[in-house]
Amino acid sequence: MKDENNGEVWELRLYVAGQTPKSIQAFANLKRICEEYLAGKYRIEVVDLMENPQLAQGDQILAVPTLVRKLPPPIKKIIGDLSNTERVLVGLDVRQV
Amino acid sequence: MQQGKQRACEELRLEKSPTGIRGFDEITQGGLPRGRTALVTGGPGTGKTMLAMEFLAKGATEFGEPGVFVSFEETPDELIANSASLGFSLPELCESNRLYMDYVRVERSEIEETGEYDLEGLFIRLSHAINTVGAKRLVLDTIETLFSGLSNAAILRAELRRLFRWLKDKGMTTIVTGERGANSLTREGLEEYVSDCVILMDHRVTEQVSTRRLRVVKYRGTEHGTNEYPFLISDRGFMVLPITSMKLDYAAAEERISSGIPRLDAMLGGKGLYRGSLALVSGTAGTGKTSVATAFADAACRRGERCMYFAFEESAQQVIRNMRSIGLDLGRWVEKGLMKIIGQRPTVHGLEHHLMTMQFMIDDFDPAAVVVDPVTNLTQVGAISEVRATLARLVDHLKSRNITVLFTSLTPGAADEEMTNVGISSLADTWLLLQNLETAGERNRAITILKSRGMAHSNQVREFLLTGKGIDLVDVYIGPEGVLTGSARVSREADEKAREAALRLEIDRLEADRRKRRALLEEQIARLRSEFEGEEKELESRIRLEKLKMETMFQKKKEMGISRKAET
Repeated sequence: MKDENNGEVWELRLYVAGQTPKSIQAFANLKRICEEYLAGKYRIEVVDLMENPQLAQGDQILAVPTLVRKLPPPIKKIIGDLSNTERVLVGLDVRQV
Repeated sequence: MQQGKQRACEELRLEKSPTGIRGFDEITQGGLPRGRTALVTGGPGTGKTMLAMEFLAKGATEFGEPGVFVSFEETPDELIANSASLGFSLPELCESNRLYMDYVRVERSEIEETGEYDLEGLFIRLSHAINTVGAKRLVLDTIETLFSGLSNAAILRAELRRLFRWLKDKGMTTIVTGERGANSLTREGLEEYVSDCVILMDHRVTEQVSTRRLRVVKYRGTEHGTNEYPFLISDRGFMVLPITSMKLDYAAAEERISSGIPRLDAMLGGKGLYRGSLALVSGTAGTGKTSVATAFADAACRRGERCMYFAFEESAQQVIRNMRSIGLDLGRWVEKGLMKIIGQRPTVHGLEHHLMTMQFMIDDFDPAAVVVDPVTNLTQVGAISEVRATLARLVDHLKSRNITVLFTSLTPGAADEEMTNVGISSLADTWLLLQNLETAGERNRAITILKSRGMAHSNQVREFLLTGKGIDLVDVYIGPEGVLTGSARVSREADEKAREAALRLEIDRLEADRRKRRALLEEQIARLRSEFEGEEKELESRIRLEKLKMETMFQKKKEMGISRKAET
């Protein structure tokens, strides 16, 4: 099972709107969770909608912060500051890996 | 003066944003509150999305105000397809940057929530959309969907409150749609956030006929109609029927126009109908109602006026063909564009829908005369009280536009002929009753004026003849046996003619006799005169002879005296 996932890269995109406490919190939480569970096989892209508002439409972003799992498919979305690690892992389907 | 001032203040405070939707701006006295949010709520399929979309489309095309449509339920493709059937092309508006459509999809199954969040993403999307086209108008259809997509209602409510305030600050004239809840205006209580204007839409079905209605529940700071107004969604968009003309304050014209039947005009005080009045022609089947109606329509076109003819029982071609048989050629008026014949069965739509369509067609065509033949067919689609009210509305609308109207009304054979089953006779200014008089084994048509407001009119029954050259009214024969029509009248007239002829003959005979006697006398006189002349000549010659004799005698006496040398 491990071998299967070795080549797989977790492509995560975090949508935020400016440097708010919530977005900073979310990024910190995400970083921590990834380091712990997906070390070495993840990539985080932070999109600030304040700077690129047109990107919100593509991923159907409504709430911020929103974490989108672009890869592996299917696309998953987690909204909120990611403070509940358990829920984040369920949301990202990391447990089953 | 104070009132004027107050009004001026109000106008300053409450600027309106015209929707451009027919009738809607009238009932709201100018449209939706500019720079504020209005709530449009109603059950599913009541036309909320269409109202909102038309508000944007009209804003973009007629008022130079670009708009943003944020859909939470339908994709842009679906919206484009739905709107195309209403007569506007959304892709065109989008391409010319007058409309921006954004589809917001919230799928609960795809979203996991953890911890604090806000809807800044939505704000950013709105902001981006607004800036892209420079929008002045915005529609959120229907934002309540968020409640099923996101579980944290507390956050949602706080964010919605913030959203509406934000829209107000941005000066966006906004429509928010909501689905009607069981005991509240909207399922999620959106009316709490939107306090300026609430419009409730309704779609109900009675006796298998559907009617759409709309009501302004609330409009802060403005006087608005509180009634339910019927509306319809047609291929020309969204239309509301304003019931504003119930005031009976329209001007009454003095002008008189021909009914199309000269003899009938003579019966109507010699001048015909009043312009802008309602004439009702009632009668049982086959009494010639359509013919009277057609003559009226034809007369209008002859004057060079436009006429709209609603035929509820025949197709336009059929009306034209049938009327040609009595010498009325409507086809040429149709070709000239003076007449429009609309053949339609009223049962196709609900009554409100029907009357509204009629009203809008009339408004578009702008005729001087309107014929509805027969108006009683409308009763098939609604309760009588409803029909009466809606017809009164239509009539008032037409009268206020100075349109002369003619309704025909079919009376069921068994009923009292002086009764119209729609109960609209009180609306009519002139009421003509057509009857079939059955005598001596035949039926003949007769016409009477039951009433005609504001004019001295004939009280006589006239026989009504349909000839190849048109309609003619003739005096009925009133004799000891009563009113005679048809062949009874004709035979009575023939009798009279014979009697007259006999008299004439007698007169002629006497006259001839007189002439003969006179000639005889003259002849005698002439003869006597010539006899006398002969005698006279003879006598004259004898007189001359005697005179000669006397002269000779005298001469002889003288000569003898000389010879006797007598003394003188």
